[in-house]
Amino acid sequence: MEQLLILLIFLPVVGALVTAFTGNAAKHVALVFAVASLALTAVVAGQFIPDASTQFVVNLPWIQDLGIHFHAGIDGISLITVLLTNVLVPIIILASYQHNYKSPAGFFALILFMQAGLLVVFTAMDAFLFYIGWEAALIPIYFICAIWGGKDRIKVNMKFFVYTIAGSLFMLLGIIYLYLQNPAHNFDIQAFYQLHLDPVQQGWIFWSFFIAFAIKMPIFPFHTWQPDTYTEAPAAGTMLLSGIMLKMGIYGVIRWLLPIVPAGVEEWGNTAIILSIIGIVYASLIAFRQKDAKRLIAYSSIAHVGLISAGIFALNTQGMQGAMIQMLSHGVNVIGLFFVLDIIFSRVKTNTIAELGGIAKSAPKLAIAFLIIVLGTVALPGTNGFIGEFLLLIGIYQYNIWAVVFAGLTVIFGAVYMFRLYQNIMLGKTNELTLGFADIKGTEQIVLVIICALIIVLGVYPKPILHLSEASVQQLLEQVNQKLTSVK
Amino acid sequence: MNIIITIVVTALAVLYAGLFKAKKALLPLTLVGLLISLAFAVTAWNSNTVYYGMMEMDNFAIAFSSLTILGTIFIFLLTQNYFAKDSENVAEYYTLILFALAGIVIMVSYTNMSMLFIGIEIMSVALYILAGIRKNNFASNEASLKYFLMGAFSTGFLLFGITLVYGATGSFSLHAINQYLIGNYQAVSPLFYPGVILIMVGLCFKIGAAPFHFWTPDVYEGAPSLITAFMSTVVKTAGFAAFLRLFAGTFAPLHDFWMPPLMAIVCITLFIGNVTALFQKNFKRMLAYSSISHAGYLLFSLVTLTANSANNVMVYAAAYTFASIIAFAVLILVKQKTGHDNFESFNGLGKRNPLVALALTIAMLSLAGIPLTAGFIGKYLMFLNVMNEYQIYLVAFAILNALVGFYYYLRVIVAMYFKEGAEVVLETPVQYKVVLILSVIITIFLGVYPTIILNLI
Repeated sequence: MEQLLILLIFLPVVGALVTAFTGNAAKHVALVFAVASLALTAVVAGQFIPDASTQFVVNLPWIQDLGIHFHAGIDGISLITVLLTNVLVPIIILASYQHNYKSPAGFFALILFMQAGLLVVFTAMDAFLFYIGWEAALIPIYFICAIWGGKDRIKVNMKFFVYTIAGSLFMLLGIIYLYLQNPAHNFDIQAFYQLHLDPVQQGWIFWSFFIAFAIKMPIFPFHTWQPDTYTEAPAAGTMLLSGIMLKMGIYGVIRWLLPIVPAGVEEWGNTAIILSIIGIVYASLIAFRQKDAKRLIAYSSIAHVGLISAGIFALNTQGMQGAMIQMLSHGVNVIGLFFVLDIIFSRVKTNTIAELGGIAKSAPKLAIAFLIIVLGTVALPGTNGFIGEFLLLIGIYQYNIWAVVFAGLTVIFGAVYMFRLYQNIMLGKTNELTLGFADIKGTEQIVLVIICALIIVLGVYPKPILHLSEASVQQLLEQVNQKLTSVK
Repeated sequence: MNIIITIVVTALAVLYAGLFKAKKALLPLTLVGLLISLAFAVTAWNSNTVYYGMMEMDNFAIAFSSLTILGTIFIFLLTQNYFAKDSENVAEYYTLILFALAGIVIMVSYTNMSMLFIGIEIMSVALYILAGIRKNNFASNEASLKYFLMGAFSTGFLLFGITLVYGATGSFSLHAINQYLIGNYQAVSPLFYPGVILIMVGLCFKIGAAPFHFWTPDVYEGAPSLITAFMSTVVKTAGFAAFLRLFAGTFAPLHDFWMPPLMAIVCITLFIGNVTALFQKNFKRMLAYSSISHAGYLLFSLVTLTANSANNVMVYAAAYTFASIIAFAVLILVKQKTGHDNFESFNGLGKRNPLVALALTIAMLSLAGIPLTAGFIGKYLMFLNVMNEYQIYLVAFAILNALVGFYYYLRVIVAMYFKEGAEVVLETPVQYKVVLILSVIITIFLGVYPTIILNLI
């Protein structure tokens, strides 16, 4: 069993190395490896028994003198994020097919490298391994955004890099502290769970981790790097950042923050929820005012992620399960949105909302796909967004009624700005730019069909996914509660 | 001892070969000599030979000797045609570097203060000449003079300190001094304290720690790049080994006394090194200032003395040495081609010289301390060491500094890959390629699998 997980993690690395030497055929090779990873994930998911246990465990000594092990495994929570990664990466690669990036071998190799880093993050059971994966995912995306990005890419990416690395370093501080507290002197996640830290220590550890995660997601006020970076990154970069990478932060909160420092969460969780809710309202309001469609989606993403993080910190099953499914849904939807904008940009070289309009007339297929994605994003019942947001709002409701009043604004605001976006781009009169707009075809069509199918299938029948993570989520919450009572 | 003898004999042989105009034989001769001495070092492992109470070839000395010899071999591989354009008589360069290396081996293996002094002087005098070896170059002359004046100054401090310690204990022997400290723990002679501080100041001059760092940037910039590479890697490593031998071993009982001033030095060094590196327009000067900041990280191991301190320095020094050698090698190539060494000269390098650019990228990531490179393991060990004593504020301060470091190391990467520039193709001789590839392999190997080096000493 353990070979399966090793294969899962290292297949993208092999893929990246092969892709790096394939020149112009890189995209095909990368796609083959990404699809192979997906197939492997399907095997893993098929063999997975949805109880609370960690399966496919690999535990190999790595740097033993420092207590570091290559210790990874998959439980329900990990499986969701692994699925997310390995479903979205092939879609993202396919979505990049239409572009003629310069030096494609490097570009696609970096995507696969990043995939490996993400898989390490989502399966690591050793804090040091987690940190390595965390950084290993960052370096490729930095190069992707900085080499293939827009014209302000250098300045914007420097900000992005310094922000995220600052977060990581504080997390490293926390990890080293926990390691020193651990009498066994290793980085094992179970040992970290069993540590007895006093509330003051927990408070510090909370912040050292939370800042790292909050920057990645991003939560207000750590979000300022995000809209610029999303705007300047190449399409695939934006998709990787918004679709998968921000889930590293969410996953980190669930896997590392809550169980290790529950008392810290109890003390500061309110602050985290308040920041998340401020982020929801604030980002939604700013989204209204955006002239550039890509920036609008970027801000809407802050709002959606704010809801997820508020749901997690509410510390109940509904909130947590909502977060699990919403991670997947948000990933699919946001990739869809950015892909549609990328298609539009590649045709008319603009994402400025005011310059567009009437595309639906000349490109009906694109309009339908876009509509489905927008409906998913605004959480119409029957689409994937609905399940997640519904559960999240229930979770937050149980936590505090006022919190849900404000958090719920995201649904209303979201509907307003998303429909307005759709209206201004797709409907209305055509202008010179959009007059001869060519409809989607080939790979564009394949990608959008897959995305729309995912939106509807997840929306109509989310049970299998929810079932995968349920036991693990329950166990995690029990663990947190137990530890909280023992502190008191 | 045979390590030093081999090096010195090689130096003399090279000098004679130069006299007889056997130019082609110089480099092979040197490399063979160095490889033999490296072999002597490796075979002496675990033998722990003491030479008349003056020097001791323990594992610490052997590990650092091997590292410095290996670093020197790499630097010699980069000499191809480097000195030839300045001078007809290349043999002197080789000889001087080899003599400096002989001094370095003494510096890492002394057990007597007089040997420390002799080692430092053998190394320094050779370096004073090497820094100014471009007779007709103004900057080189300035560097040499500055280095000589500052060096002489610091030697004075060091010697004064040694004298005071001798006055307090009546011995130059490290063992005797250590015994004295343990025996008279409550009543150490008042002469001893200023002695320790003066020695500390002297050594801080040598390793370029703030606030005694003023010579570093000018000397590094003025000296020929290859000599700068030697100074900032091999010489610096030796300085730390000497520092460590004295303070972590002999002066350890007085840790409570000399730790606070050292801590202040660490903080100032980190801050000044990083912040000034941030504002440099010149790549070489940036490396000079960043080398100051690395001195700060290395001193961490002395702030909290643990059983692992020496080994941590070893790991960090190894990581720093190989990454810096890559940086200087690329710098030399770029300067040969473009005539400049500011950041703009690196623009667009990634496109035409993928191997060089990749090597430099990995070197920068290692210097910045990104996981899966040796630099990360080095920094991690330092942080771990300090945090072990719960000096969390110091670690937090160091982390903020590391953040500044990311910024300026990335500038080179940004220039190489993201900026459009004149598409120059660097002439990369085979030896340069060998050095670059080997250094990259070492950097990544130590980053991914550091176990082999972690408990060496």
